[in-house]
Amino acid sequence: MVDLPDAATCYGLLAKMALIRRFEEEAGRQYQRAKAGGFLHLAIGEEATIVGVVAAMRDEDYLIGTYRTHGHAIARGTDPKHVMAELFGRVDGTSGGRGGSMHIFDAEHRFMGGYGIVGGNLPIAAGLALGSDYKGEDAVTVCMFGDGASNAGNFGETMNLAALWSLPILFLVENNLYGMGTSVERHSAQTDLSKKAEGYGIQGQRIDGMDVLAVREAVAEGIRLAREERRPTMIEAFTYRYRGHSAADPEVYRQREEVEAWQEKDPIEGFARRCVEAGVLGEREVREVRAKADEAVTAAVEFADASPEPPLDTLYESLYVLDSAAGWYAVDERSPEPHRGEREDEMPEAARELAEAGAAYAGQPDGPRPNPALDGDAELGSQPEVAGEREEGEG
Amino acid sequence: MATLRMREALRDAMAEEMRRDEAVFVIGEDVGVFQGAFKVTEGLLEEFGERRVRDTPISENTIVGVGVGAAMAGLRPVVELMTVNFALLALDQIINHAAAIPYMFNGQARVPMVVRMPGGGGHQLGPTHSHSFEALFLQVPGLLVACPSTPADGKALLKAAIRDDNPVIFIEHETLYGQRGEVPDDGDVTLRFGEAAVRREGGDVTIVGILKMARVAEEAARVLSHEHGVEAEVIDPRTLRPLDLDTILESVRKTNRAVIVEEGWPHGGVGANLATLIAEQAFDHLDAPVQRVTGADVHMPYSRRLEQAAIPHEEHVVRAALAALEGSL
Repeated sequence: MVDLPDAATCYGLLAKMALIRRFEEEAGRQYQRAKAGGFLHLAIGEEATIVGVVAAMRDEDYLIGTYRTHGHAIARGTDPKHVMAELFGRVDGTSGGRGGSMHIFDAEHRFMGGYGIVGGNLPIAAGLALGSDYKGEDAVTVCMFGDGASNAGNFGETMNLAALWSLPILFLVENNLYGMGTSVERHSAQTDLSKKAEGYGIQGQRIDGMDVLAVREAVAEGIRLAREERRPTMIEAFTYRYRGHSAADPEVYRQREEVEAWQEKDPIEGFARRCVEAGVLGEREVREVRAKADEAVTAAVEFADASPEPPLDTLYESLYVLDSAAGWYAVDERSPEPHRGEREDEMPEAARELAEAGAAYAGQPDGPRPNPALDGDAELGSQPEVAGEREEGEG
Repeated sequence: MATLRMREALRDAMAEEMRRDEAVFVIGEDVGVFQGAFKVTEGLLEEFGERRVRDTPISENTIVGVGVGAAMAGLRPVVELMTVNFALLALDQIINHAAAIPYMFNGQARVPMVVRMPGGGGHQLGPTHSHSFEALFLQVPGLLVACPSTPADGKALLKAAIRDDNPVIFIEHETLYGQRGEVPDDGDVTLRFGEAAVRREGGDVTIVGILKMARVAEEAARVLSHEHGVEAEVIDPRTLRPLDLDTILESVRKTNRAVIVEEGWPHGGVGANLATLIAEQAFDHLDAPVQRVTGADVHMPYSRRLEQAAIPHEEHVVRAALAALEGSL
């Protein structure tokens, strides 16, 4: 077991984990209240992996993740207010309400996203690492992905390229034992994922992802190898999500006992107990950490609630970098008689009309939300796993 | 002015931009030692070295994804996909990532990347090496789409694409690589996207053609003039996003007839899109339905005879123009 660091460090690690836990619990609640829409993938139970990784990173390092990354952004320093506002689809969200839960992004803290396509972030991570290397910079890219992504074609392609080009990158598999509802034994012929990239020249190791100090130590060494020796490696962190894959997962693929057994190893409870037993932190400090997390999350919800809906005339914003070299404006805005929605100065009106016509839900914040669980049969009936995901309720 | 082949003009564009900006680099399958499957990157490795001219494994989605990440980190990658067909393996990175990232992250990230890819038929390469996918990329918001037909345009558009902060799909035509043309010597000549070229003026019918079909349209216009006394106006849009619809509409309002020529498949094609735009915005000026000349609605056959039958030729364009003029000659 890794020795406990000093009190301030322990306090910081505990505080981040507690904040993420509280945030995710509240996000789940807000989803049930229909304040947050779409899919909601919670990382409750995975806090030690998230916080341990980030604790080993420098400010200039890049972090890139999956669609389960509210906590990753918060760990990097993003204010939970902006993450909650993104879940609410508001202008003060990390992506101004364009990305949602699956696409959190914070350039300032070098949290490079939030990606909804499994494995889609791997090549991009290699590109970020190439960017640092090309510019002669010291930054390392930490690429996090799930056990399911290790089966995607991008996995092999990216491992090969990272090793071939000696990129400053560390791969970290958050192995929570399931790719959605399919267990590792049922989705990967090689169940020791740490060995899965060895053939490409990427050495791997398995660690306890429920132990924040073990994660921090292993990741620090992985980052050192990437930074100093230009040697990409992979860490497989065993962790577990207490909630379902998304917010409405019936969880037919696992037993309640399995969830409870993992909850016994809770990363936050376990770490807090250890700190108190060792006399590094007092009970009072542990209570304080929880109280501060409550406070921050309550403030985040209030902030998100007060943040305005995105104005309809921003529908086309950020689609293109305007006035760039090629001289782009809009599809055919040069036309004197444009058709609807394609002339820049008419876009706001067109967008409003579209929204009012029901093309988007943005215009009716307080109106009835479509219930895909009830209405989805026609569209989604042949895809029960997707329909299941969209049902409301505890996941 | 110098007389250059298309492949040389494109190479010069990359070389000049690489000299101008350290952030520009070239990445792709066999772009370095092999000097490009179509020799477009000839000489670049020698001048710029392996750091800036990077041979890759055969991993299209990851090659483009690396370009996306590098662009987000502040570089200006020029990605070469060996052919348009192989871009299908990279559509996830092109559409879900390169095109979406600036928007879905609300402008916090930019993707100043060019993805070059040659396409088109004519070399008997069969069903998997002869596609024309202009329409596929045209459909995606967030992308710019260039399709040059002359060496001068190729060079100027590629330089503009490299300097631009948006992701650009740069479509080249395999049979145009060896075509020669006058190219300005000035290294600062770029071409703004969304400016069509009027290749030939005429008052009887407007013919719009892209890539190789811009050349075919010009040939057809000569035949129409010599053999039928019809003066066609030939327009090469040069970029499809943005599209210079003004120039096209202005011409249609003058000629009252339009023919659109492309090599791609007919359904949901460039011509289908443009015909709709013309119908929406110049319907009252049309004296005949807009005519489309497209590639055949089949997978490109290998047999030279069948392949040539599947690609539009000047006689198809002439026939379409005469059909548009039926009753008025």
